[in-house]
Amino acid sequence: MKEEIIIAGFGGQGVLSMGKILAYSGLMQGQEVSWLPSYGPEQRGGTANATVILSDERISSPVLNSFDTAIVLNQPSLERFECKVKPGGTLIFDGNGFHKFPTRTDINVYRIDATEYAYANNASKTMNMIILGGLLKVRPIVKVENVLKGLKKSLPERHHHLLDMNEKAIHIGMDLIRKIN
Amino acid sequence: MSTEKKHNTEEVRLMKGNEAIAHAAIRCGCDGYFGYPITPQSEIMETLMDLEPWNTTGMVVLQAESETASINMVYGAAGCGKKAMTSSSSPGVSLMQEGISYMVGAELPCVIVNVMRGGPGLGTIQPSQADYFQTVKGGGHGDYKLITLAPASVQEMADFMVKSFDLAFKYRTPVMILADGIIGQMMEKVVLPPFTPRWTEEEIREQTPWATLGKTPDRKPNVINSLRLEAADMEKLNLVLQSRYREIEQKEVLFEEFECADADYIIVAFGITARICQKTVELARQKGIKAGLIRPITLYPFPTAQIKEYADKVKGMISVEMSAGQMIEDVRLAVNGKVPVEFYGRMGGIVPSPEEVLEALENKLIG
Amino acid sequence: MNIADIINPANLVMEKTKVMNDTPMHYCPGCSHGVVHKLIGEIIEEMDIQDKTIGIAPVGCAVFAYQYLDIDWQQAAHGRAPALATAVKRLLPDRYVFTYQGDGDLAAIGTAETIHAANRGENITIIFINNGIYGMTGGQMAPTTLQGMKSSTSPTGRDIPRNGFPLNITNLLAQLEGTCYVTRQSVHTVASVRKCKKAIQKGFENSMLNKGTSVIEIVSTCSSGWKMTPADSNDWMVENMFPAYPMGDLKNI
Repeated sequence: MKEEIIIAGFGGQGVLSMGKILAYSGLMQGQEVSWLPSYGPEQRGGTANATVILSDERISSPVLNSFDTAIVLNQPSLERFECKVKPGGTLIFDGNGFHKFPTRTDINVYRIDATEYAYANNASKTMNMIILGGLLKVRPIVKVENVLKGLKKSLPERHHHLLDMNEKAIHIGMDLIRKIN
Repeated sequence: MSTEKKHNTEEVRLMKGNEAIAHAAIRCGCDGYFGYPITPQSEIMETLMDLEPWNTTGMVVLQAESETASINMVYGAAGCGKKAMTSSSSPGVSLMQEGISYMVGAELPCVIVNVMRGGPGLGTIQPSQADYFQTVKGGGHGDYKLITLAPASVQEMADFMVKSFDLAFKYRTPVMILADGIIGQMMEKVVLPPFTPRWTEEEIREQTPWATLGKTPDRKPNVINSLRLEAADMEKLNLVLQSRYREIEQKEVLFEEFECADADYIIVAFGITARICQKTVELARQKGIKAGLIRPITLYPFPTAQIKEYADKVKGMISVEMSAGQMIEDVRLAVNGKVPVEFYGRMGGIVPSPEEVLEALENKLIG
Repeated sequence: MNIADIINPANLVMEKTKVMNDTPMHYCPGCSHGVVHKLIGEIIEEMDIQDKTIGIAPVGCAVFAYQYLDIDWQQAAHGRAPALATAVKRLLPDRYVFTYQGDGDLAAIGTAETIHAANRGENITIIFINNGIYGMTGGQMAPTTLQGMKSSTSPTGRDIPRNGFPLNITNLLAQLEGTCYVTRQSVHTVASVRKCKKAIQKGFENSMLNKGTSVIEIVSTCSSGWKMTPADSNDWMVENMFPAYPMGDLKNI
């Protein structure tokens, strides 16, 4: 098994940390993992992205030009990465603020309105976990229990009381995601 | 908190290359880190400050006022026989060149980590490999070489920290770990090196009898110095250095091969570019092109003999770098005209993709 | 009476410190360096800290300080002595660590290292020889060269619009929270030599008290660079240097 993923959005949407949680989850189930962030000015308000690879075998290039799965959380990211999804791959987008929508028909396109849900339910802190839940519904690449193990590992102990909240967010995301084509 | 508890061993962790450098430094018994913040490597000092090794191993961590001060603090520490290090990124390493030359002249061991970014000038904070010439061809003034290790993974960031100190003290020379922004910033699995205690003062006296620990009645004063006003003395020091370099070239070459045995075409690449090119080799093989990869791990000493050997067996080579073409000069020296050696590179912080390298290989070598 | 009757322990009235060796000094006649070297040697012997003292030599005339005092030395790149001293003292806190620097080294090329080491309050002793000129390279203008003072790079005298003002770095250092003892001394008379010795000793003692940085400026002569006889140099120094760089403690905590 090998899954090459790009997660892209605005800085502050939890793009980098979602990628980290995914990488930790892969670590928990004994896979090879790599997490490569875009770094620099992009972290400070522009677009940010993280490339995550989960693989049963040694990972060659952590730098990729095409992806099995793209998760895009803003318009510029859709425009940049829709074309980079491999044919037959998966595109997940959060439609908040979008005025142009995915057009490709040779890939599986899903929509998850996590931003809208998070604002309506005062859950902005777990928005990225909602999206991660959506991803795991349509691409069950890691087990939810391993996500929680990974979270426990990566979070400082003082934040462990937030684990329940995060687990709930994953399940909310699983219900929220909708297939477009 | 006990040292063992804070730095427990054998565990597979997920961390950034920069973080791995910091953890490994503490574990390998480093005595002092002196540095100045610069992207994309500031996590090294941040991690050290967070781990507070002065409470466990007694390691000193100090944020200096500049890279110039940092490298000179490393000089002062190394002069006392201590394991000292600094880290920076390209513009900061330029500023350190004076100190590096002085340390070579004073025969002092140390480790310098360069997490390269694009230049020239203030440049960009995105990854680059354009400091190859600066690192392996000199950088500072005078005839000298820096043992240069080029990690290609987070694991190697940790492993080379340990290896670099060993080499630095074995040959009494500064050693450079030449990484780039990607390896510094990416997270991968890593098993940290086991915990080794710092040298005691008795061990320092034994291992580095030249160290300035205070003149005892049983010996003459120790002087750490790179000044030799008499030309004959200066040449003598140069001869010592050169004979040491010949020994290093004999004994310390490290490289890795991938799919080279039956290769028609060989890509030569180091650091993160070698990882990208490994994928290129996979893609090429899927298309029926017999490509292979040689990854120099030590950039100085360069695997000249190993590359030369393949020059008799292949149809051509291509050096792939995040620069305008620097290592290619060493590849061409090794190949010595036997087969074409082409170049593909991106500059200024742009990272080549495996696909574009394949295209370059097809266009430039296969035609 | 033969020579053995004269050179006889009973007749001994003065002995050179054992910390100072017999290497002939390269300093010019009338230069202050030799006297200051002797004082440092005497203090190290009297405090019995030869095995605990590490000196950091500068670039400049005193680059060869390591040839004359039998202690462990590190020779620094130009201006970087306080950076070396910082690391040495932090890694060997029970040692006496001092830098020995001239005005070009300390107040021009090494200004940043000097100010920041002092500002961090490193427990080191900085011995600062201020003769207002670059001695070793042949008498060029220094940061401390006085207004109107001639040098090979200010042949008609230091001109403020062209060259800026003389830098009184010791006053600056006295204002930093990190310094505990800042004083200005000279070694041109017997009395001033005695006072200077006490000041240097205090600097050495401070470095074990975790009080911060001690700075001992010694306003000095450079007969060769100033193109004067040693005696005239002393007079010129008193008349011209002392008003700009007045003697005495600036700070003593």
